Amino acid sequence: MAGVAVSTTINGDHVEYLCQPDETLLDVLRDRLGLTGAKEGCGTGDCGACSIILDDRLVCSCLVLGAEAEGRRIETVEGMAHGEKLHPLQQKFLEHAALQCGICTPGFLIAAKDLLAKNPDPTEEEIRFGLAGNLCRCTGYDKIVRAVQDAANVMKGA
Amino acid sequence: MNFDPRYSGRNFSSVGTRPIRPDGVDKVTGRARYGADFNMAGQLVGRVLRSPHAHAIIRKIDTSKAEKLAGVKAVITAKDLPDLTDGDAGMYDILDNCMARAKALYDGHAVAAVAAVDARTARQALKLIAVDYEVLPHVTDVDEAMKHTAPLINDTIFTEGLEEKPVKPSNVTKRSQFGHGDVHQGFGHADFIVERSFKTEQTHQGYIEPHACVASVSSDGTADLWVCTQGHFVYRQHCAQLLGMEASKLRVTSSEIGGGFGGKTHVWAEPVALALSRKAGRPVKLVMTRDEVFRASGPTSATSIDVKIGARKDGTITAAEATLRYTSGPYAGTWAEIGAMTAFACYKLENVKTVGYEVLVNRPKTAAYRAPSAPMAAFAVESAVDELAKEVGIDPVEFRIRNAAQEGTRSSYGPVYGPIGIGPTLEAAKNHPHMKAPLKENQGRGMACGFWFNFGGQTCTDLNIGMDGSVSLAVGTVDVGGSRASLSLVAAEELGIDYSQVKAIVADTSSLGYNDMTDGSRGTFSSSMATISAARNAIKILRERAAQMWDISVDDVAWEQGHAVAKGDNHGNLGKLSLKEIAARSGTTGGPIAGHSELVADGAGVSFATHICDIEVDPETGFTKVIRYTVVQDAGKAVHPTYVEGQYQGGAAQGIGWALNEEYIYGKDGRLQNAGFLDYRIPVCSDLPMIDTQILEIPNPNHPYGVRGVGETSIVPPLAAIANAVSNAAGVRMTHIPMSPPRILAAIEAEREG
Ligand code: FES
Ligand code: FES
Repeated sequence: MAGVAVSTTINGDHVEYLCQPDETLLDVLRDRLGLTGAKEGCGTGDCGACSIILDDRLVCSCLVLGAEAEGRRIETVEGMAHGEKLHPLQQKFLEHAALQCGICTPGFLIAAKDLLAKNPDPTEEEIRFGLAGNLCRCTGYDKIVRAVQDAANVMKGA
Repeated sequence: MNFDPRYSGRNFSSVGTRPIRPDGVDKVTGRARYGADFNMAGQLVGRVLRSPHAHAIIRKIDTSKAEKLAGVKAVITAKDLPDLTDGDAGMYDILDNCMARAKALYDGHAVAAVAAVDARTARQALKLIAVDYEVLPHVTDVDEAMKHTAPLINDTIFTEGLEEKPVKPSNVTKRSQFGHGDVHQGFGHADFIVERSFKTEQTHQGYIEPHACVASVSSDGTADLWVCTQGHFVYRQHCAQLLGMEASKLRVTSSEIGGGFGGKTHVWAEPVALALSRKAGRPVKLVMTRDEVFRASGPTSATSIDVKIGARKDGTITAAEATLRYTSGPYAGTWAEIGAMTAFACYKLENVKTVGYEVLVNRPKTAAYRAPSAPMAAFAVESAVDELAKEVGIDPVEFRIRNAAQEGTRSSYGPVYGPIGIGPTLEAAKNHPHMKAPLKENQGRGMACGFWFNFGGQTCTDLNIGMDGSVSLAVGTVDVGGSRASLSLVAAEELGIDYSQVKAIVADTSSLGYNDMTDGSRGTFSSSMATISAARNAIKILRERAAQMWDISVDDVAWEQGHAVAKGDNHGNLGKLSLKEIAARSGTTGGPIAGHSELVADGAGVSFATHICDIEVDPETGFTKVIRYTVVQDAGKAVHPTYVEGQYQGGAAQGIGWALNEEYIYGKDGRLQNAGFLDYRIPVCSDLPMIDTQILEIPNPNHPYGVRGVGETSIVPPLAAIANAVSNAAGVRMTHIPMSPPRILAAIEAEREG
């Protein structure tokens, strides 16, 4: 199969790649571009470990084709921190120990970032439903919810 | 060197604090490397062909077409993994499970594998492999499999543990029995007896990271394996044995691990990846799909359990008996035996008897899942205990307190308990504000207790002090949930330095001596013991070096708060030497300073928990929601309390999923119907409330700081706690887990119809 040439923006950088027409964006990010922050937990849109933001929309990158990224804007977990400075969500996830194994963490961070962009002051229930597309098997979600609440407070104050 | 592991009371300065973990930043920035995040130059993609049949003879496998496909570099079948197990039945089962030999024994059983230049070619190649199956009758249900008429899964198996050696083969591989006293007599003294049968369905650990590895076998006979595992040393041994290698030539590096819960204690794909790499002469990356994870790895036992408990009017249990039948997949296991040991471990019983039956079925080989076998037994026993308390007319917490095991009690599985936490967790639960909170309509409160043994085991740790005074700690127990932070705290505590000066890593199999798996809640217990021992060995050297620097006898040098201090009247003006000062001079005082430790961590200290939960049942739909949940558990000593809470919360959440939703559903054809997260539904954020925790600290006498394992017990009580809450909310006694809406609705309707 002939490759598709794609030109896109990832975490603010212009990126070009060739991919197969049936290749997922998740595979492109992980296998072609070395951005392994997004994880594959299922490949079927059920776990959220592969979450990225595509033109301000939260998507499962395992359900998007690499070819569809042409001319779009992609944000991944690798783009959240500014140099040494962690994003408030990253900082609060660490402080609250909102990760145990951490495999779900990139997906949660991206989903939470999207949630807070749309709703800067969510209630506990809004956080719980906002993050219901992401699976975590380790934490029971308690500390994740608290970390997001705390980050929201910090970000409001900023 | 002599190491005294006994508990000695002390004031802690680092242990018990809550610093940020050393691997944290990498995990929130996406930099941490998990099983599938590693690549090697020239790497191929491996894929496994799996049986679509639950039970079938493999007549012939034709791989010739696949081999000819452009881009395919190796195709393997069982022939490429010959039997080198030398009569070791357990290893033979592992081998057969990695790659089916004469028969495919479950839907998803590996029959062949390929390595190709890319994933698409590998997938195509699988389609070109022709397997000639002779399909056999199958059995997946535990009770069905025990019948004489059931299809035999392995006709060389004759039930072990019977008084008379059986003459016919059977799907029951073993009978085991525990207990003491005379239950017949005990039931004779009972005023009330509850007798019930229970069933639980098979669940999966559900780790979010699928199994993944990269294997590279060189032509000189050495090999490297990068893998997500709970025990890289055990993986090395198993892989080396199955491939006929010397263990020292195989270096296994454990990646960051995306959840295991017992499920990453067994090799599956790793020997296959190594065999592919050996044949292809190139590195091979093998990553399971989620479908494969469900069909071929993991699951816990499905069970069928009968319980009978009797009590006097005053609430004393006079006798307790249980028969437990656990599936082990198509290979022999000891899962029912563990269930039979744990079933009544919370109680002080004069007469107790448990019998376990291990049952073969055409399902994947049962693997450990967090306190394996205990949650199902606790579900049955704690449900019956609740019912009995009601019949006697005593509050269920009070009833349990009256019968709780204590220090000196002979446990139902044999040993006599030391200081234990069952009584204190019950008292704490009784006094918890949760117990008094009001309930609304259709809501009910339930509680239940749980027990887990905890393990210790072989442990090897290195502690190296750099010339700048910073400390590297190399441990061999995989960090499944923050143990590098806990172990750094322990090193800092023992050395008397700041947490920030210690950096802990998990060393590979060639850099450190053997370590057992991170299982049995042993990670922090055993590696902290080894860390303390290593630190004490380092302190001895630090004192010697200080003595040398001062030119005094080492007997006059003590170690206090990170400093060598000269003792005795003659040395009043010598001041102190910090660890940093001593380290800086190490080059001229005898070279590098390090402490090593090799030990078998004994006396892990049993663990108990009591859970309280409130649920609301919708009587129209049978839908159940958990609205409040509290975990009370003994940690011995919480090294990093935030991660201890995390273990309590995570175990409770898994238990809630098991109680309400999760189950393997097999079709009549013996195929798994729900091999994905859409249909095998684990709890999501909006399903759960906050999970409150209360940590009790009843020191373990066999650990210098009193630490007990904390990882597993929290999954034991939830099944029963929720069943008891449902019973209180909806007036129905649920005897089949999961209590999915249709099951609850059916029970409510049956009750209405009376
Ligand atoms: S990998 Fe994309 S949702 Fe699970
Ligand atoms: S921290 Fe392990 S899955 Fe969320």
